Amino acid sequence: MSGKYALFLGCVAPLRYPGIELATREVFKSLNVELVELQGAGCCPAPGVIRSFDQSTWLALGARNLALAEKQGVDLMTICNGCYGSLFEANHMLQHHPEKLKEVNQILAKVGMHYTGNVKVRHFADVLYNDIGMEKIKAHVKTPLSYNIAVHYGCHFLKPTRLKHLDDAERPTMLDELVEVTGAKSLNYRDKLMCCGAGGGVRSRASGTALKMTEEKLKNVKKVGAQMIIDVCPFCHLQYDRSQKDLPGYDIPVIHLSQLYGMAFGLPREKLGLEAHETKVNI
Amino acid sequence: MTIAEPNPEFAKKVENGGPGGETLMLCYQCGTCTASCPSGRLTAFRTRQLIRKAQLGLKDEILATEELWLCTTCYSCVERCPREVEITDILFILRNMAAREGYMSEQHKKIGENMLKLGATIPFSEDAKKLRVKMGLPENPPTTVGDAKAMADFRTIMEVCGFDKLMKGGKK
Repeated sequence: MSGKYALFLGCVAPLRYPGIELATREVFKSLNVELVELQGAGCCPAPGVIRSFDQSTWLALGARNLALAEKQGVDLMTICNGCYGSLFEANHMLQHHPEKLKEVNQILAKVGMHYTGNVKVRHFADVLYNDIGMEKIKAHVKTPLSYNIAVHYGCHFLKPTRLKHLDDAERPTMLDELVEVTGAKSLNYRDKLMCCGAGGGVRSRASGTALKMTEEKLKNVKKVGAQMIIDVCPFCHLQYDRSQKDLPGYDIPVIHLSQLYGMAFGLPREKLGLEAHETKVNI
Repeated sequence: MTIAEPNPEFAKKVENGGPGGETLMLCYQCGTCTASCPSGRLTAFRTRQLIRKAQLGLKDEILATEELWLCTTCYSCVERCPREVEITDILFILRNMAAREGYMSEQHKKIGENMLKLGATIPFSEDAKKLRVKMGLPENPPTTVGDAKAMADFRTIMEVCGFDKLMKGGKK
């Protein structure tokens, strides 16, 4: 499909951290890449909860979002690992199981929609890295950054690798490179690739377990002296940002990659929506 | 003491429960999954054991346990499984069965209710609306949250799938 993308907003970015939404819009505008509005899109739906409750609902709602992009003839771009995981896997299931596609289209017909399976689901970090490229990004860095950063890949960005083929899930470099192009330094830390703890409905059903996992990550991030955590998922973002108020001794700012690029591209601070962050961003 | 009887019929249901289910019997119990599990490090959740119970069809020992809900779906086990068992897919099949049997938690039902209301998993606070406007974004995002027709369609799909009944705790 064409070189523009339908921006899939999801839930957490527009409803909790609008700075992630606005920074994404502004950064892609600066890079001269058109983002088409996906009017009427709904929740992806969330892979950990909705898919755990009922896969047929999950698949049908996912197909509806995919059909909205297909109607506009553009590929869909997410700014969240969860949305990426859900829509990528729903799309894969529909493309490889004709009986599922048929089932889903019978449901979509009730709202006058149809999906044929022609959309690609992309993660914005993949678009930045593979379609736009490091050279072009580098050329847009107006304010080189010098922070020491702990990147958090999260789970559904790269895994399962046998479907996604973006990078090595055990030793990835994509996000480190995307961060270092701003001038910042990406630190190594223990269990860098471990989950934040929030996914799979664990944050809502077993919040204590989620918090323990988050603390484990934060402990390792703090140990190497990182000045901020950079994520590519508003849900991991929320987990790190909100958990720190329940964990004494932690005040590490949590920034989405789009917001980091906003800083590096010289966007005015108020466009980054940092006041929505529970853990104050004092840098 | 009662010893659980294997129930091959239930195991068959898991195998036929959706894409990925057919890989259930490939597992030879090496334990790479359990060793890779970040949740199992901190909890009693044991991935290998869950898969073994599913192979044996130990329905009640799977569906009625809290452990079933401690997986964060991080896919570390799936990445490393030498038998390419679709562990996460199998987990989803099992959780769907548990939900239908009435084992959904109240917190999870609340998320479902929010989906039926807003088409989103989380509520939309007045503060968030104000911040959007202050930043120069429209008060409502261009999603089901600010689009009544889209929300009606979204809800219709959920109702056709029986999601609303499932959230009320009824059998699907």
